[in-house]
Amino acid sequence: MFKKILIANRGEIACRVMKTARRMGIRTVAVFSEADRYALHVSLADEAVCIGPPPSSASYLNIDKIVQVCRELSVDAVHPGYGFLSENATFAERLAEAGVAFIGPNVHAIRSMGDKITSKRLAQAAGVNTVPGHADIIPSASEAVVIAREIGYPVMLKATAGGGGKGMRIARNDDECHDGFERASNEARSSFGDERVFIEKFIEEPRHIEIQVLADKQGQTIYLGERECSLQRRHQKVIEEAPSPFLDEQTRAAMGEQAVALARAVSYESAGTVEFIVGPDRQFYFLEMNTRLQVEHPVTEFVTGLDLVELMIRVAYGEPLPLLQADVKLNGWAIEARVYAEDPFRGFLPSVGRLVRYLPPAETAAVRVDTGVFEGGEVSLHYDPMIAKLITHGATREQAIAQMREALNEFYVRGVSHNISFLAALIEHPRFRAGRLSTNMIAEEYPDGFHPSDVIHDDPALLIAVAGAIHRRYMDRAAGISGQLPGYERVVIDQWVIVVNNERHAVDIRPVEGGHDVLYNGQCYEVRSNWQFGQPLFKGTVNGDSVCIQVERRNMHYRLFHWGSQVDIMVLTARAAELLACMPVKTPPDTSKFLLSPMPGLLTQLLVGEGQDVQASQDLAVVEAMKMENVLRAERDGRVEKVLAQVGETLAVDQPILKFE
Amino acid sequence: MNNIINQLAAMRAAAEMGGGQKRIDAQHHKGKLTARERIELLLDPGSFEEWDMFVEHRCHDFGMDRQSVPGDGVVTGYGTVNGRVVFVFSQDFTVFGGSLSEAHAEKICKIMDHALKVGAPVIGINDSGGARIQEGVASLGGYADVFQRNVLASGVVPQISLIMGPCAGGAVYSPAMTDFIFMVKDSSYMFVTGPDVVKTVTHEEVTQEELGGAVTHSTISSVADRAFENDVEALAMVRRFINYLPANNRTPPPHRPTPDTGDRLEPSLDTLVPDSPTKPYDMKELILKIVDDTDFFEIQPEHAKNIIVGMARMEGYPVGIVANQPLVLAGCLDIRSSIKAARFVRFCDAFSIPILTFVDVPGFLPGTAQEYGGIIKHGAKLLFAYAEATVPKVTLITRKAYGGAYDVMSSKHLRGDVNIAWPSAEIAVMGPKGAVEIIFRKELDTPERIAELTEEYRVKFANPFIAGRRGFIDDVIMPRQTRKRICRSLAMLRNKQLENPWRKHGNIPL
Repeated sequence: MFKKILIANRGEIACRVMKTARRMGIRTVAVFSEADRYALHVSLADEAVCIGPPPSSASYLNIDKIVQVCRELSVDAVHPGYGFLSENATFAERLAEAGVAFIGPNVHAIRSMGDKITSKRLAQAAGVNTVPGHADIIPSASEAVVIAREIGYPVMLKATAGGGGKGMRIARNDDECHDGFERASNEARSSFGDERVFIEKFIEEPRHIEIQVLADKQGQTIYLGERECSLQRRHQKVIEEAPSPFLDEQTRAAMGEQAVALARAVSYESAGTVEFIVGPDRQFYFLEMNTRLQVEHPVTEFVTGLDLVELMIRVAYGEPLPLLQADVKLNGWAIEARVYAEDPFRGFLPSVGRLVRYLPPAETAAVRVDTGVFEGGEVSLHYDPMIAKLITHGATREQAIAQMREALNEFYVRGVSHNISFLAALIEHPRFRAGRLSTNMIAEEYPDGFHPSDVIHDDPALLIAVAGAIHRRYMDRAAGISGQLPGYERVVIDQWVIVVNNERHAVDIRPVEGGHDVLYNGQCYEVRSNWQFGQPLFKGTVNGDSVCIQVERRNMHYRLFHWGSQVDIMVLTARAAELLACMPVKTPPDTSKFLLSPMPGLLTQLLVGEGQDVQASQDLAVVEAMKMENVLRAERDGRVEKVLAQVGETLAVDQPILKFE
Repeated sequence: MNNIINQLAAMRAAAEMGGGQKRIDAQHHKGKLTARERIELLLDPGSFEEWDMFVEHRCHDFGMDRQSVPGDGVVTGYGTVNGRVVFVFSQDFTVFGGSLSEAHAEKICKIMDHALKVGAPVIGINDSGGARIQEGVASLGGYADVFQRNVLASGVVPQISLIMGPCAGGAVYSPAMTDFIFMVKDSSYMFVTGPDVVKTVTHEEVTQEELGGAVTHSTISSVADRAFENDVEALAMVRRFINYLPANNRTPPPHRPTPDTGDRLEPSLDTLVPDSPTKPYDMKELILKIVDDTDFFEIQPEHAKNIIVGMARMEGYPVGIVANQPLVLAGCLDIRSSIKAARFVRFCDAFSIPILTFVDVPGFLPGTAQEYGGIIKHGAKLLFAYAEATVPKVTLITRKAYGGAYDVMSSKHLRGDVNIAWPSAEIAVMGPKGAVEIIFRKELDTPERIAELTEEYRVKFANPFIAGRRGFIDDVIMPRQTRKRICRSLAMLRNKQLENPWRKHGNIPL
């Protein structure tokens, strides 16, 4: 077996590969950019080498440097993870020249599948269903419009070198096609250094279902079932699962066989993924083949019981696959949720910065956390904002969802924004519960974005009981202070009033062994917990059911976070609650007259000037953050009174850019 | 006898109604609670003992002899907050607009005298239209009697002022001399002269809220230490705040049990200070991660944000925290931050509260605004306060401690008891670049040479070792161990005895 492998990646995937390597007794080498000096993957590795400045192009994409490190440290093999150099044929070639094994497929497979046009031709030749489209490079926007008309709208414009949603645009008419071509080429150029774009038919109500294939150098190719990754937001996968709630055995087998046929056509070896788009009629079309490990591979690992990274390493070393197609058994259901550093309540804008608190849920047989960060670490502007993948397993889909729901409650992140509320809302959504997915589901269900009102807690009594118990702990502790008047010490009473959403609820909160009994609405809630003051997670049981509620103590209220919703609760004496009713309700200041920067970033374009009339949804400014162009649009008609920020200025979150009249 | 009891009940009932239901409703309508309701929420339920309910004014002019309300516009007495005695007065706006008469002032003076005698804090709730004009100089005399007691009580018992309505003219000077002022947004204001006079004299148009509202005083003027959303919140927060304060200057601050252990490690602090010396970080993260239960009561959070001051507990014992905030103005000292911190340090010292100082200070803020404004004198306040303080002083240098600001921030030289540093500490006269420009003025011909010399200086001085070699810092610790080391130091210092030479009083550069 290899003695030492280098992981040419960062973040959670680098950490995940290292875990398997370590278990196999293989030494690991991490490479890192200057921005990642203290990153988790660096501290997990046996050896670590800095390979350049923060931008990926100068570090994680620096082939020369990585090959040099391989030579200097006598590395036997390189695992590329996903993204970065994972599908870069030149990199694989250069490693081969240096006598270092590439833990992935052969150069021919990478090259032919890496080019969307070539791959589509190969797929057609191998008898794989493909989407109608124009497979040639499009030279200009006007040419794109002509082609799009031939295929018929809607069409999809895609960067040849694209992936991960970057450089993709849907066009429903000539204008959108023209505009989309420009944007797709620009993004492709800045993200991949390759501006080529092609066009294909756009399928409505599509589901994204992909087949995991695995092949060895001895010519054996198998498939490990499918993953459904339909839940996407702007082409970025959010929740994935295995198996798909949509496929029947027949379709699964047909897709698997086509995937294997395609893999065979390029003499594939190692792990790979054949992505299909599946229509409501269960017709499926080849989308692309990813010649690498996928982000969402853990769901397959959970249901197959296999370690894909281990198998990739063994295949790269020349070992034959230890199993045949008939040995592949799917066990139960697995779901993965991607935890991103982004703010779902502000249009999912990426968030960067220090992870002031980071407490992922504990791993169990049914809960897996693939994480690349730690408390005190940094979410960097330079890389992908995914902070962790949370994967849960159950005998049934319902059980896997229930596990996910609990695990999300335990996931505590502060310092950067995160999408945990959104994930919690998605897994609770009736459409998700029913398995009625499509890649448009998020856009359809949250057309105006995601709002706190999309996550309403359906068991406020639970929160009332827990807030009551917490408050009683604080009050009893305060009553334990020294220096009290002897004989006249503070006595804490049992009767309290809980105010939530301006509604008052009378409760009795009684301390008992191991917790509190909270009497509310004629029912007793037995709250038991060993929670301590200041701890962010209240873990315990309520009437025997385990709960985990995130809690923050503010001036007057406790801010509880549970099942994706945030609820502010006050616990007051009856008198204070009565007098609180006299207090004026204050409305927050009106910010609607301003265009605020929704994220920290660079103001790259200002599309309007002072005195100009604007219409609702008109583009106003472009803020670049994390290499993504974010177009800020007018919420309503109006006139620009004042320009408050200049192009080229670095903006803070909520910094005003324009003032309207 | 029965008659007397009935009469008493009637008088109590009359007193409790203050200025009558109509005025009570008006008070509520303005989003304000009445004097008695405020006391109810401030004190432990049922603990209030009212004094002088039957006091009435003695004014006969302007028809005042025909109108009198028992209590005369202020409710006074004592009660407990978490079982600890506090004296309280609460001005009743429903009675003559809460205006201060001679009798009203006497009631306040009476509880202040008692508070001094028994050594208990005084909490004043201010909601008054000002002097009782009908009484003339008698009312003014009343103010001065209160002022005199404020001064005599200063440093003997804690005095806290809640401004929950108007507080204008001479009346502002009583709260001004207390230790802390808390205001309520949108319903309280303080100024020496109101908007009308301001307009006549300076032609400035300004609203009451802009001139002397809670936001103005808690951000710009620093008159107020905190601004709260409403009466209920303000009173709840004062209850919380009182828990940090001793009853008087002869008893130690109160201990409150905590499950938070003194040896808790915080590994994430190891990465708090960024590699780049110019990159800021949030000092509040350090504070919240090392204090008991992540519980920190900040004072003046919206004013002079380049320094953080406030109360917290370590192993259940109160501490006062002073910390430079690198997020704002790089954490430098300027006029406002020096004054803010100096006053806080003196409060802690007066009331036996140990001072924890976290240092990341690049120096004093340069500029004509600062020099003309008297940064020399104002910066000296903080220096004076630290040097004079005899309470336990524990200082941690997290990063920069440059120049005179290093000396000021509770350095060893100012009788710092325990002075420790993180490995990222740089204790030097100034930053490497500035130092090189002075030392090697004649040799700086090329940028390469400057860089080379700067690096040389950085290696030599930008570390905690030079100071360590001289004993100016006692130890260099790993950031994750900060809570443990500070808790041990404070435990060791709990019986510290140190006295300054006898004098009438020092002469702090005011």
